[in-house]
Amino acid sequence: MSSRRFFSSIGLALALSFGVSDHLYAQHGEGAAHQDATHEAAAHEAAAHGEGEEGEKFNASEVIFGHVGDSHEWHFFTAGETHVTLPLPVVVYSEEKGLQVFSSSKFGHFHPHVVDGKEIAISESYEGMHLERAMTETLVSDTGAKVYDFSITKNVLSMLISVALLLWIMLSVAGKYKKNGVMTAPKGMQNALEPVIGFIRDEVAKPNLGHKFPRYMPLLLTMFFFIWINNMLGLLPGGANFTGNVAVTACLALISFVVMIASANKHFWGHLLNPPGVPLGIKFLLVPIEIISLFIKPIALIIRLFANILAGHIVILSVISMIFIFGGLSKVAGWGFAPVSMAFTIFMFFLELLVAAIQAFIFTNLTAVFIGQAVEEAHHHDHEHEDYHPEHPITGQEYNTSENEIIA
Amino acid sequence: MALLTPALGLFVWTLIAFLCVFFILRKFAWKPILNSLSERETGIAESIAAADRVKKEMGQMQAENEKLMVQAREERSQMLKEAKEMKDRIVNEAKDQAKAEANKILAEANAQIHQQKMAALTDVKNEIGKLSVEVAEKILRKQLAAGEAQDQYVNMLAEEIKLN
Repeated sequence: MSSRRFFSSIGLALALSFGVSDHLYAQHGEGAAHQDATHEAAAHEAAAHGEGEEGEKFNASEVIFGHVGDSHEWHFFTAGETHVTLPLPVVVYSEEKGLQVFSSSKFGHFHPHVVDGKEIAISESYEGMHLERAMTETLVSDTGAKVYDFSITKNVLSMLISVALLLWIMLSVAGKYKKNGVMTAPKGMQNALEPVIGFIRDEVAKPNLGHKFPRYMPLLLTMFFFIWINNMLGLLPGGANFTGNVAVTACLALISFVVMIASANKHFWGHLLNPPGVPLGIKFLLVPIEIISLFIKPIALIIRLFANILAGHIVILSVISMIFIFGGLSKVAGWGFAPVSMAFTIFMFFLELLVAAIQAFIFTNLTAVFIGQAVEEAHHHDHEHEDYHPEHPITGQEYNTSENEIIA
Repeated sequence: MALLTPALGLFVWTLIAFLCVFFILRKFAWKPILNSLSERETGIAESIAAADRVKKEMGQMQAENEKLMVQAREERSQMLKEAKEMKDRIVNEAKDQAKAEANKILAEANAQIHQQKMAALTDVKNEIGKLSVEVAEKILRKQLAAGEAQDQYVNMLAEEIKLN
C-alpha cells in the first residue's frame, strides 16, 4: 500500500464522515428506539440478577466511562428520543484485507452481551469487524484475527481541531510580529501569549537548561501549548478526554524521553553507568537503580498527566451523575440535590481550568528538568578541588565528596 | 485495566500530529516569536542605555551652556566697561583737541593783532618821522640860511649819525 493511497483514503474517509453529518438527525428515531431496547434489555437482565433497582434508568458508570474513553463516534447529547451523534471515519488495517476506510455509522447499533460474566455492548458486524464497548471501545475482528485500528476517533478528531486552533493562533501571532515590527507594543492574542512564552523561557527553560536553552525552546513551547489547549478543549461540554488518555500521554512522554536520551552527553552516561567515587560493591546496586530511574522518569510523566486529567473528568461527571442517581430514587431528591451538585461542579470546573494549565506546565517543566540533567556539564568545582580529594587507602572513596554527588 | 492500555491508533495519530505541529510551529511561529522577543529585549535595553547616555550628555551640555552663559555675561560687562572707557577717552581727547585748537586760534589771532598793531605803530612812527623831518627841514631852512650855521649843524648831525 503506497503512502499516497493511504493519505487519499484518509481524506476520503474524512469527507465521507462529514458528508453523513446531515444524515445525523435522520437516524435518531431508529437510534433512540434501539437505545431503549438496549436499556430495556439491560434492565431486564439487571432485574433478573437482582442487582439493583436504580441501575435500569441511569447507569452512572456507563455514562462516565462512555465519556472518558475513546469512541468511534462523537456523541454530543441525547434529548428525549433524539441522539445527536457524529459518525467518524474508521481506518483499519488487517493483514488479509489491507487498509479499509468507512464510516463508523456502518456498525449500526450496540447490543448488550454477557461475556465471562461481564456486560459488554457489541455492535453489528461490518466487513468482518465489530466494535466492543466495555470500559473502553475497541475494534475487533469477528474471527479474532489481529486488526490495527487507526480510526479517526473522537479523541483524534478533537486533537485535530485543537491542532488547527493552535496553528492558527500561533501563526497569526507570529505574523503580527512580522507585520507590526518588533518595537511596537503587543496587542490582543499576542499580548496574552507573550508572557506565557516568556514564562516558559525564563522560568522553565533557562533555569533547567542553562545556556543551551534556545535549542529546546521550540519543543518546550510546543509541548506546553499542545497539552494546555487540549486540556482546555477537553473541559468543554461534549469535549473529548484527550489528554486523559494514556496513549496520548505515553506518546508525549516518549517524545520527551527520546529527546532526553538523544541529547544526553558523556557526563550523563558516565554518572549513570559508572558513578564516580562509589565503591565497586555499591556500584552493582546503584547502576541498576539508576537505569530503572531513567525509565521511571517518562512513566511518571505518562501517569501524572493522564491520571490528573482523567480524575478531573471523572469527578465532574460523577457529581453531575449524582443528580440523576438521586432523581432515580425520587424526583424531589433529584431536584433538591441539583443546586448542591451544580455548585460543586462549578467549583470543579474552576479547579480543572487551573489543573489544565498546571499540568501542562508540570509536564513541560519536568521535560526541561530531565533534558537539563542529560545535558548537564561536569561540575566545575569537581575539577577545581580534584587535588583536595585524597582517596581512602582501602575503599578508594574520595574524601570531601558531597553527598549530593553520590545521590545524583 | 482497559483504561491503562494505550490504543495504537490514537498513539500513532498523536505522534504524527505532535511532530507536524512541532515542525510547523518551530519554523513559522517559535523562531520569529522568540527572535522578536529577544530582539525587543535587546532593543529596550539599548534604548534605556541610550536614554541614560543622552541624559548624561544633556546634563553635560547644560553645564557647558551655563558656563558659556556666565562667560558671555562676563564678556558683555567687560565690553560695556571697555566701551565706556573708550567713550570717555574719546570725549576727553576731543575736548583736549578742541581746547588746543582754540588756544592755537587764539594765539594766532593774538599774533596777528600784535603784528598789525606793530605795523600800524611802524606806520605811525614813519609818519611821525616824516613829519618830524619835514618840520625839522622847515625849521632848518629858516635857521640855516647862513652858511656857517649850516656847516656847524651838518657836523653836529654827522656826529649824531655815527652815534646811532
